[in-house]
Amino acid sequence: MTALLRLREATVRFGARAVLDAVDLEVTEHEIVCVLGPSGSGKSTLLRAVAGLQALDAGRVELGGRDQRGVPAHKRGVGLMFQDHQLFPQRDVAGNVAFGLRMHGASRGEQADRVAELLELVGLPKAQRRAVASLSGGEQQRVALARALAPRPRLLMLDEPLGQLDRSLRERLVVELRELFDELGTTVLAVTHDQGEAFALADRVVVMRDGRIAQSGTPLEVWQRPVDEFVARFLGFDNIVGATVTGDRADTVWGKIPVPAGAPAGRCEVLVRPAGVRLVAADEGLPCAVTARTFRGTHVAVHLQPEEGPRLEAACALRRAPEVGERVGITFDAEDVVVLGP
Amino acid sequence: MDLARTEVAEAKAPPATPARGAGRGGAARLGLMALPVAFFAVFFAYPVTAIVARGLHVDGVWRFGRIAEVLGQSDIRHVLWFTTWQALASTALTLLIALPGAYVFARFDFPGKQVLRAVVTVPFVLPTVVVGTAFLALIGRGGLFDELWGVRLDTTVWAILLAHVFFNYAVVVRTVGGLWSQLDPRQEEAARMLGASRWTAWRTVTLPALGPAVAAAALMVFLFTFTSFGVVQILGGPAYSTLEVEIYRQTAQLLDLPTAAVLTLVQFAAVGLILAIHAWTTRRRESALKLVDASAVARRPRGAGQWSLLGLVVATVALLILLPLGVLIQRSFDGPDGYGLAYYRELTSAEGGAFLVPPIEAVWNSLQYALAATAIAVVVGGLAATALTRRAGRLVRGFDALLMLPLGVSAVTVGFGFLITLDEPPLDLRATWILVPLAQALVGVPFVVRTMLPVLRAVDGRLREAAAVLGASPLRAWREVDLPMVRRALLIAAGFAFAVSLGEFGATVFIARPDNPTLPVAVARLLGRAGDLNYGQAMALSTILMVVCAVSLLLLERIRTERTSGEF
Amino acid sequence: MSTKKVTFTAVAVGIGLVAVSACGGSGGDSTKAGSKSVTLVSHDSFNVSKDVLKDFEKRSGYKVKVLKDGDAGAAVNKAILSKDNPQGDVFFGVDNTLLSRALDNGLFQSYEAKGSDKIKPEYRVDRDKHRVTPVDSGDICVNYDKKYFADKKLAPPKSFDDLLAPRYKNLLVTENAATSSPGLGFLLGTAAKYGDKGWERYWKQLRANGVKVVDGWEQAYNEEFSGSAGGKKAKGDRPLVVSYASSPPVEVLYGKPQPKEAPTGVATGTCFRQVEYAGLLSNAGNTKGGKALLDFLAGEEFQEDMPLNMFVNPVREGTKLPELFTEHGVTVDKPQTMDPKKIAENREPWIKSWTSLVLK
Repeated sequence: MTALLRLREATVRFGARAVLDAVDLEVTEHEIVCVLGPSGSGKSTLLRAVAGLQALDAGRVELGGRDQRGVPAHKRGVGLMFQDHQLFPQRDVAGNVAFGLRMHGASRGEQADRVAELLELVGLPKAQRRAVASLSGGEQQRVALARALAPRPRLLMLDEPLGQLDRSLRERLVVELRELFDELGTTVLAVTHDQGEAFALADRVVVMRDGRIAQSGTPLEVWQRPVDEFVARFLGFDNIVGATVTGDRADTVWGKIPVPAGAPAGRCEVLVRPAGVRLVAADEGLPCAVTARTFRGTHVAVHLQPEEGPRLEAACALRRAPEVGERVGITFDAEDVVVLGP
Repeated sequence: MDLARTEVAEAKAPPATPARGAGRGGAARLGLMALPVAFFAVFFAYPVTAIVARGLHVDGVWRFGRIAEVLGQSDIRHVLWFTTWQALASTALTLLIALPGAYVFARFDFPGKQVLRAVVTVPFVLPTVVVGTAFLALIGRGGLFDELWGVRLDTTVWAILLAHVFFNYAVVVRTVGGLWSQLDPRQEEAARMLGASRWTAWRTVTLPALGPAVAAAALMVFLFTFTSFGVVQILGGPAYSTLEVEIYRQTAQLLDLPTAAVLTLVQFAAVGLILAIHAWTTRRRESALKLVDASAVARRPRGAGQWSLLGLVVATVALLILLPLGVLIQRSFDGPDGYGLAYYRELTSAEGGAFLVPPIEAVWNSLQYALAATAIAVVVGGLAATALTRRAGRLVRGFDALLMLPLGVSAVTVGFGFLITLDEPPLDLRATWILVPLAQALVGVPFVVRTMLPVLRAVDGRLREAAAVLGASPLRAWREVDLPMVRRALLIAAGFAFAVSLGEFGATVFIARPDNPTLPVAVARLLGRAGDLNYGQAMALSTILMVVCAVSLLLLERIRTERTSGEF
Repeated sequence: MSTKKVTFTAVAVGIGLVAVSACGGSGGDSTKAGSKSVTLVSHDSFNVSKDVLKDFEKRSGYKVKVLKDGDAGAAVNKAILSKDNPQGDVFFGVDNTLLSRALDNGLFQSYEAKGSDKIKPEYRVDRDKHRVTPVDSGDICVNYDKKYFADKKLAPPKSFDDLLAPRYKNLLVTENAATSSPGLGFLLGTAAKYGDKGWERYWKQLRANGVKVVDGWEQAYNEEFSGSAGGKKAKGDRPLVVSYASSPPVEVLYGKPQPKEAPTGVATGTCFRQVEYAGLLSNAGNTKGGKALLDFLAGEEFQEDMPLNMFVNPVREGTKLPELFTEHGVTVDKPQTMDPKKIAENREPWIKSWTSLVLK
């Protein structure tokens, strides 16, 4: 597989601040890559740099092996779906979808055919003549997608593609998108701050922090082995504590925690996934008070306050969840313990 | 004259410290600005500088002492003071009366709206001599106010102020209303949901969004009233004198060029000050607004409050604008043997003796001039507005202000400047008819820029980016994204430019031209002669001027509303 | 076709139009070629019958181009400003109030038009150099509304002195001497009559007798004067107005149907005589054509044609006046006159003191 997109030390500065700080990234053909990061991490700037809407201060962007320096946005042949869609308000649905085709000189017939095909594809058949203002958020999103796909870009970029939609729609659409991209074989570079979206959509996830890439890997790898506290916390893991590793144990304020074999010895942070926090009788493990319970559908998140050290969270089967105020003991399961980098 | 050349050279020089990443954009912007800059350098800066220099540069010596000398005269200071305060008062009164109108035209749908919108623009094109006649029928002896309440306002300052409202009502309605009709009403609704009263919501959400347009309209009204000539003289009487009148007197009658030069500089300084204040107050206000399709926003008024607002606006328009216009129309039909078309028939005969040609031919002359002037204004102003759209450095802002200066400079100064500068090949344009539309376009360009700029700046830049990513070159993106969104503003601006040149009198009479009179010139000529038929023909021709103006504007509106469902 | 295409087409056509006309226009200035075309620069009121002009063109072989360059004052001043590179060959329309300025600035070159000897001697000026040729004369006089005075059984005023009489209180409207040519003429008339000092006292009394001053002739005549068509419609209430001696015949000519008698009359003792001159411009491109044109202006055909076109009197002796003038016009036997030099010297100070006397 060849790298369709390659960034080499791509750097963008706004004043003294580096919004993109020497980013290296590759996207191979037919791959779906999701850039995940909090707002301000530089992920939108990354897309804009690739699209040619933002000039690089250093480094380079290559598409299909060619340096894109000096190539204006309209000649890069990439598609970009904007965060808030940016549909052209003066045009109807067909006018929006056909826009890119017109720019590429497609005939009227071709335009009409492709528009119909794409609207069918995104689930809005016969919506050609509808006014953009009359569309719901989800429909706008579909039109924006159809518009971006219409000229068959070699790389499709999505900026927070589902950001403004409600949860159920988002969950449904993310699956549809994934299926659609698989079917079309589209190469996709998406950015989002929603890990669920990223994991559901991507072949590979890239986590960004302050203009740098913090971690890159398959969703499973990232989920299972966040490299540092930032990534772990961004993925929603809060059971993190300072530790000193010796052998297969780590000393923490929560007591001794078993760590996977081969963990390097010394000072570090240790993450215990909620599933690895086992509830036992109050006198057996680390004594904690139950401060809150959150129903999570398949399980209950139990919030615990140990006598010393930060709070932690345990995932607990529905039937066995303790009441708020109860006192329980906890032990840790080595399988769900991750030693984080410094 | 060397001064003018230096100015040109400076204006064309690239900015010393280009903004980050502006290399390519900066070059494009300078390219766009080349034509407007050249236009203003050649047809404005150069002639005006030359005529001022002719006054102050005597026998090889600069006589700057004249400035203090002239300003030391108490009557000149009095004129300056009166000019300024009446302009400020006129602007305030116009905004007060016309802003509700702008709202009504922007947000309500009612029968006859388009016709009414065209009609309120008519005063704008009428020669002041004619307007004086019409307005006296409202506020003068035996006028409506006199008969109803025994109030006569002629030869008072109120006559001047009200006439300025009459003239400039359309400036506010069109400039502000154009943007207002495209503001997303949901923003105001959002504020009201957050607990703001209707008034607070308007004041805190809509007014700031309208800020640039209101400021632009106010600026133009101020400049028009600051340089008011005929209105002040006819309605205020000879006791009131403005700077413009003094400049006319010193230049055209006394040939006292030094004094005229000083007064022109004073006018420049005053106008420059106002432009600076304007730039300072609006700099931070212009921001991307969410614009929506105007037709989606306007709806029929609901509830007693809205109906009475509509009623109030219509009543104001009827009293202040329709009634005076109606008087002219009535007089044009009020022939020697009762009502009829006698005066109109007379217009088609060349035997009247006032011209070599039948006066009716002035209609065609006017349309030709106005069309040419509008084309020039739209091209020059459109390019300038596009170049000024993106956030820019001080130099570009300076150019922005420069574009407004012609509104604040006397037509006499420009006409005399043309005479002494455009006299050598390749610019020997004296006595060519193109000079008239060029001079008229000088006044039209600021309208085009002022009307288009707020809308262009309000266009979300990411729409252009969306177009670019879909394969549109910057030019194409402008055509596909900006143009459709500013088409309305462009049409409004073109309508203004057209109306301005249709009714333009000052610059036209101060430019030597062969005897193909425009409508205002023909009206003035007819009024300059005794005799019933001349007076009647002047009224008839004024009525035709009104109709031509209204019909042209209606046609423009028609183009706007005839939206095909698809594109192309 | 979409609206956008319409817009674009319109703009494109407009630009094309401008381009074409710009090119066509610059080629039209054939004065400098000096051969077959001669240019007359004048003010907005210039007019001549088509066939009379055609006649001249046919006879002389020159094509006449007429440029109108603003009101009389502006036209003269512009001619002076551009005298090194004039816009035409002949200038017509400098009157006795502006003559000195034109001559002092070297606007004209000497040429004694053919037929100058036929011009009434009282109009001839600059006799040693012949830089200007008198072309027409006219009188600025108080006009009165005949019907008003008949209804009131009041005799209309005849002289400047009459205007001060209590019976004419609040009846006269005049124009701003600072901006209007008849307004200035009327002021000069009083100055000629009452002398350098006396006129100020006269105007104080006139003011006390309720004279109204408006900005221009159009307003005075068409709005305030009760005897004109416009004034009637505008309910004008001043039966006396400063206008021209030719105004009554004009009222007849432009009445429909033509009245048997003019509705207005002239107070012949209140007149100031204006004379308009023409001259060959210094640095004219086509002096030969210019000379022919001047001969034409002073010649019989033009002089006879002029009264009904510009409503002025011919200056050539023995010129037949049109019936309209003989029947409805008046002859002003003893108009006030003033030497152009004296006008030039006093104009500004007089206007200044007049302004503070009458307007403040």
